[in-house]
Amino acid sequence: MGRRKKMVERVQTLMDKPKFIRNIGIVAHIDHGKTTLSDNLLAGAGMISKELAGTQLFMDYDEEEQQRGITINAANVSMVHTFEEKEYLINLIDTPGHVDFGGDVTRAMRAVDGALVVVDAVEGTMPQTETVLRQALRENVKPVLFINKVDRLINELKVDSQEMQVRLGKVIDHVNKLIKGMRPEKYKEWRMDAANGTVAFGSALYNWAVSVPFMTRTKIGFNEVYEYCKNEDMKSLAQKCPLHEVVNDMIIRFMPNPLEAQKERIKVIWRGDPESKIGKSMINVDPSGDVALMVTKILTDPHAGEISAGRLFSGTLRRGAELYISGTAVKDRLQQVGIYMGPDRIEVEQIPAGNIVAVSGLKNAIVGTTATTLQDMVPFEGITHASEPVVTVSVEAKHMKDLPKLVEVLRQVAKEDPTLKVSINEETGEHLMAGMGELHLEVVGHRIERDKNVEIITSTPLVVYRETIQGTAGPVEGKSPNRHNRFYVEVEPMKPEVVELIKSGSISMKMSEIDRRNLLLKEGMTKDEAKGVTHIFESNMYIDMTKGVQYLRETMELILEGFEEVMKEGPLSREPCQGVKVKLVDVKLHEDAVHRGPAQVIPASRQAIQAATLMANPTLLEPYQKVFIQVPQEQMGGATREIQGRRGMILNMETEGDTIILEAKAPVAELFGFAGDLRSATEGRAMWSTEFAGFEPIPANMLKEVVKGIRQRKGLKLEPPKSSDFMSR
Amino acid sequence: MLTFIGLGLCDEKDVSLRGLEAIRSADNVYLECYTSLFTGTSIKKLEKLYGKKVHLLEREDVETNNWWLKDAIDQSIVFLTGGDAMVSTTHIDLRLRAKKLGIGTQIIHGASIISAVCGLSGLQNYRFGKSATIPHPYTRKEKIIRSHTPYDTIKINQKNNLHTLIFLDIDKNIGCMSIKEGIELLLQVEEEIGGEAISNCIGVGIARAGSFAPVVKADYLENLKHTDFGDPLHILCIPANLHFIEAEALIAFADAPGNILNHHKDSLCQDSVSENHAH
Repeated sequence: MGRRKKMVERVQTLMDKPKFIRNIGIVAHIDHGKTTLSDNLLAGAGMISKELAGTQLFMDYDEEEQQRGITINAANVSMVHTFEEKEYLINLIDTPGHVDFGGDVTRAMRAVDGALVVVDAVEGTMPQTETVLRQALRENVKPVLFINKVDRLINELKVDSQEMQVRLGKVIDHVNKLIKGMRPEKYKEWRMDAANGTVAFGSALYNWAVSVPFMTRTKIGFNEVYEYCKNEDMKSLAQKCPLHEVVNDMIIRFMPNPLEAQKERIKVIWRGDPESKIGKSMINVDPSGDVALMVTKILTDPHAGEISAGRLFSGTLRRGAELYISGTAVKDRLQQVGIYMGPDRIEVEQIPAGNIVAVSGLKNAIVGTTATTLQDMVPFEGITHASEPVVTVSVEAKHMKDLPKLVEVLRQVAKEDPTLKVSINEETGEHLMAGMGELHLEVVGHRIERDKNVEIITSTPLVVYRETIQGTAGPVEGKSPNRHNRFYVEVEPMKPEVVELIKSGSISMKMSEIDRRNLLLKEGMTKDEAKGVTHIFESNMYIDMTKGVQYLRETMELILEGFEEVMKEGPLSREPCQGVKVKLVDVKLHEDAVHRGPAQVIPASRQAIQAATLMANPTLLEPYQKVFIQVPQEQMGGATREIQGRRGMILNMETEGDTIILEAKAPVAELFGFAGDLRSATEGRAMWSTEFAGFEPIPANMLKEVVKGIRQRKGLKLEPPKSSDFMSR
Repeated sequence: MLTFIGLGLCDEKDVSLRGLEAIRSADNVYLECYTSLFTGTSIKKLEKLYGKKVHLLEREDVETNNWWLKDAIDQSIVFLTGGDAMVSTTHIDLRLRAKKLGIGTQIIHGASIISAVCGLSGLQNYRFGKSATIPHPYTRKEKIIRSHTPYDTIKINQKNNLHTLIFLDIDKNIGCMSIKEGIELLLQVEEEIGGEAISNCIGVGIARAGSFAPVVKADYLENLKHTDFGDPLHILCIPANLHFIEAEALIAFADAPGNILNHHKDSLCQDSVSENHAH
């Protein structure tokens, strides 16, 4: 405890010296050794005992994570490192590598300025490496590289010293190729170069690392490393070349401090005026400026309740301060102000700009929230996710008495994890959770049982479909029940490019109308349409094409309510809609407001859209995943059969020595149980991972059956409705 | 045959003799009670007077699923409403649909709030412009949305020097809007749009028109909103410039402040009143 206390003191003295702060995240493909690396960095900094590190998995503090041996939540920790006789504060975020938790990575990247990319020397860059790297670069986060498990090259693959260096060089080339492809304009600046020291090599597990600058200094080169490993004397190597020293030196030398970083990053993550007071304050990391905090994670602490963690870009946080929460009209009062050290949150008096913080009291914050002392601050850009929920399970309380508690718990987990979509049905007591994959939902389910003490029954996972249209229809008339109001709508499919722009957050209702219009014009939308965009919901759009209709303004919110209802539950099977463009071409309204209230307008708007959608050749889209399989040559047949038997498609096949790397694509609907089947088809020798690959139309000959299946599951009439069912006589 | 019968304003005895006869000889009697409310009577009393069952119709039964309508093809059906059947309702649609089904229709009128307002306040029927209803506001995405239509209607009428009759929302779930709530909503809309059409205007509030104990009160809106009008139904009127007889009547029958008589030739808004002094 004494050591820890001292650490806190040192951390505190460094907090207000941004030049001596580095905020970094560790990102990698699953099992490439992120968590072991973080632990040993902590141990090196004196945060946990050296003996325990590597096996203790300090960062994996969630029981669930330790059992599964993977990192689920991005954990935060601060530590102090001495470099060239000066002390530095390193705020570290560990992030999960499994694809099902990709959302956490994206959010963590918003809080940091540098990314330590970890790659397994034997496996090389993997699909998830690519994904996390892309997420980092998109957030303008600078990468450095740590090649882990170098000892495996020597002791398992038995390569010689020469071959070892060739292989390590290949890994670096590969990462550079990725960077060049993702951010060509930044390539020169961000290229990994072993010679200048932006790459380190080592073994996180055995606690040693080297880099070229370190080699020059210590005269321990690749040949010496090779010998130590070969003689299985990595303990000596760890003493001569301690992991934390080499890696932390690299972090401090090459990762930008907040002063350098915020100058560049504010432009990427904030759309406000950089010349404004708050803009300048953020660019200058001004502790005396207004508070600008971006919440990147919400977690529940058994004692303090809800904790918001995030990056403080400007101002100083103090207990009792009142902050506006973007998107709401309320102010929340900060109760505790602290930093994270592994599982513990340590309270401090105040934290200045440039740090990663953990505070309590922001009751209304959700992940992505901007909390600020300014009432009218432009919020930070929304955090965009690489994936979207594609698998859903229904959740019920095992015991009737837990029913009300379950609702509360589900709301809580949804708040903590924005990639999780929860829909609550208080009438039936059957609630739905949609997530990024089978594993994601399993983990959330366990957390509900373990942390929140609610026993639940979950259904087998189901695929989330999307409804869309392939043709155009309209104008279709929607009449209000009293028949005094009429709405005429047309529907047409939205261009896939526009759908992508909406999904990535590049086009939204939050941006200025002129910016939005220009982007849409560039995508080929007509001027009238681009001007009329009134609402964007999920990836669907409502466009008001009418001109000068009296009373339309005060009716529009009700019209949009009807639109949202259909987009949430399409007419075919009540699955969410995607890529539907609805155009309001004419409206006739009753003179008196009382005869065009919610009960009149919402159903009229809804039914017109439902009918039009059904007339526009509707179909279902199903989610696809890319599947990457690494398998020995002799087992390849089994692996390809597994893919082909699941409506899958082999996209690419590469040979590396006696291993085959398969890249395939298959519908999520067919991938349940894939893990077990692949294992038996390949005698357990295949390694695989998946990545979200978007939605595609289901084969036409399957549409009827799938729709029927969904409707049956939802307790609906098996036959989907006809457009005439929504048109009043 | 479908007969629309207005039951008048007060209780079961307000129906016309012709209406009563039509009801008594009908095959089926339906009562719609969502566009108006009967405060002075009950279904039981109606049934006792008519000597037959009265079927209650919800909004749904009239607008979306009017299962009872086709009986009128070969039976005599009466459709009862409060007040007069076609005033401040949307029932003309029902009459149109009946015609499409080949059903003959007729209307037997009842006393209407529109004439009652004139009678109780002394405001002249010839001087009314468009009327409007103040609906209960609704909330969407934490935003309260108030209809601007009633306010705009008052403004248009003021421009033409016409009185505005303001109906107050009757909602089965939220309840009947009071004069106080109505005035507050109008003032909120005025604040939202930064207008100044009504803040210093006279209003006439009438409660339970047609009953044995109606309350009629005219005052500046700021004061009127503090007047206790008692039970529903309430209605509000925003007069334009007053004819001197109208002003006299408001003072005599609606307890209006005496100064309105002196300025009857000009706008009743205090601003213009003081301007007038300056002349």
